[in-house]
Amino acid sequence: MNDAVPRHLRVPLALLTAVAVALFLLPLLGVVCSAPWSKLWTQLRSGAVHDALGLSLISSFGAVSIALVFGLPLALWLARGRSWLRTVVRVLVTLPIVLPPIVAGIALLLAFGRNGLVGAPIDRWFGWSLPFTTAATVVAAAYMGLPFFVLSAEAGLRSFDARYAAAAATLGAGPWRRFRTITLPMIQPSLRAGLLLCWARALGEFCATQMFAGNLAGETRTLPLACSVAMEVDPELAIGLSLILAVVSAVVLTLLRQGWSPQR
Amino acid sequence: MSLQLQFGLTRGSLSLDLALDVADGETLALVGPNGAGKSTCLLAIAGLLRIDRGHIACGGERLDDGTRGAFVPPERRGVGFLFQDHLLFPHRTVEDNVAYGLRARGHSRREANEQAQRWLARVGLSDRGGVLPRELSGGQAQRVALARALASEPRVLLLDEPLAAVDVSARQSLRRVLREHLRSFAGPRLLVTHDATDAFALADRIAVLEAGRIVQVGSAAEIGSRPKSRYVADLVGLNCFRGTLHDGRLTLGSGAHLVVVSSHEGAALATAHPRTVALFLERPLGSPRNCWQAEVLAVEGAQGSVRIQLGGEIPVVAEVTEGSVEGLGLQVGTRVWVAIKATEIRVEPE
Repeated sequence: MNDAVPRHLRVPLALLTAVAVALFLLPLLGVVCSAPWSKLWTQLRSGAVHDALGLSLISSFGAVSIALVFGLPLALWLARGRSWLRTVVRVLVTLPIVLPPIVAGIALLLAFGRNGLVGAPIDRWFGWSLPFTTAATVVAAAYMGLPFFVLSAEAGLRSFDARYAAAAATLGAGPWRRFRTITLPMIQPSLRAGLLLCWARALGEFCATQMFAGNLAGETRTLPLACSVAMEVDPELAIGLSLILAVVSAVVLTLLRQGWSPQR
Repeated sequence: MSLQLQFGLTRGSLSLDLALDVADGETLALVGPNGAGKSTCLLAIAGLLRIDRGHIACGGERLDDGTRGAFVPPERRGVGFLFQDHLLFPHRTVEDNVAYGLRARGHSRREANEQAQRWLARVGLSDRGGVLPRELSGGQAQRVALARALASEPRVLLLDEPLAAVDVSARQSLRRVLREHLRSFAGPRLLVTHDATDAFALADRIAVLEAGRIVQVGSAAEIGSRPKSRYVADLVGLNCFRGTLHDGRLTLGSGAHLVVVSSHEGAALATAHPRTVALFLERPLGSPRNCWQAEVLAVEGAQGSVRIQLGGEIPVVAEVTEGSVEGLGLQVGTRVWVAIKATEIRVEPE
């Protein structure tokens, strides 16, 4: 260890570190300490909580499915394509990460809303519009979550040593078999990390969902939305819901860490 | 089913153009300095790189002639490839690696794995089938890669520096395994190496590639006696002796023997650079353990130094300065004393 911390800096650095840790620990402690443990079970069994949990699972796993079906081909194109358009598309894909979610919600509404760019013709021809439906929660969650998957999968594909695929080709494997049996399994850690990040982001989605899908109990009110509603009428319930979300997130993070560091 | 190569390609600063035929059952070593285009040549034959001109054919079948329609993709060429760093699939067990080619060719899982087991046994690793490649040593991994390439029953075998990434202690046994399997492989074999010893030990013919061009093709003895360039003389133009080693004496096919420094017993390949072969008019006094009389067969200049080809029981080539050619009055027919210090002879067990 030749970059050891000089002795006289150790105490100040330890203090700064402790402050940073406290910043992360205290909010969580607040939830755990104030949680209505005795009522928790009854709370969790109420219909409203069930609906919210179900909707959260639908929207987050819906986003993950969209990521797999549409995101993987997109990542492949970004990693392997030759077109100059890739630079533009990569910016588009990254945008939802930096965009304030409220802006994302407004943008989604302007595109798919009843008077929106694509929403208006669809409404005119089919008499159906996307906003304020359960499907809208999936779209909002996918819009916010997909970038994490696409960027992670693209990074995985880029760092993949294509010579392994070449070796498989000399052994008689065609392009699809190579992709399925060599490329996909070898970039699996990136895919898994991307899927989990995407899922976590979709689960926590609040602002864009409320803007685009509304806050309709049993239809678009996911856990975070239920949480914010409960904060107004039944703070204890809000704390219980927060606890659920915190626990779920912690579990996801633990799984994610394993995806990041494969057993080497 | 021989391999006909007559192609060219340009990639960046490398412009490769070569014409070579490799016969069935023949091992051709492609040697040359870094960046000469050796590996590029193998990639083109395997179909991992397109050629720009000429053609590549195997047993009369066009594999590539630079046009879109003729290109046969690598998975349909039946060209086995042994990579320098083995490229075993890290997520598959050793046995599944070896079975991969058979599975790709439509064999059932059971059949493929049974065959894979047989191939693993043939390279002496039948007990390692269940482990992941990262648990293998470098030499073991390369043996598995050899089994994997051979198990898919290729028509042609390409080997790209198969010994370069293996540490010295494992090299001997790997070289022996390679020799055995190259011999029993019926199709053309093409070996890329920058190590002359590997070329001598494994190949029937040697082709020297420099800056994308073949500068010389021939047997080790031919190239050793008449190297066409400085590089060829330095790297490939070695005296090469095959024989049986016992108690520090290497007995050659002719019955003559050389004293060497090695504790190895059995078949061995010895090399000595022509610079280390000393010539005298009188029998030298002193330490050389290997000393015999021979007649000068040829005197050839190769850029400043002169190569003297000597006949007799142990035909060798000596490299001397122009000054000593004059001083000793060397010409065809001159009888000289030849001496090689035992410590100058490099011995590789076979």
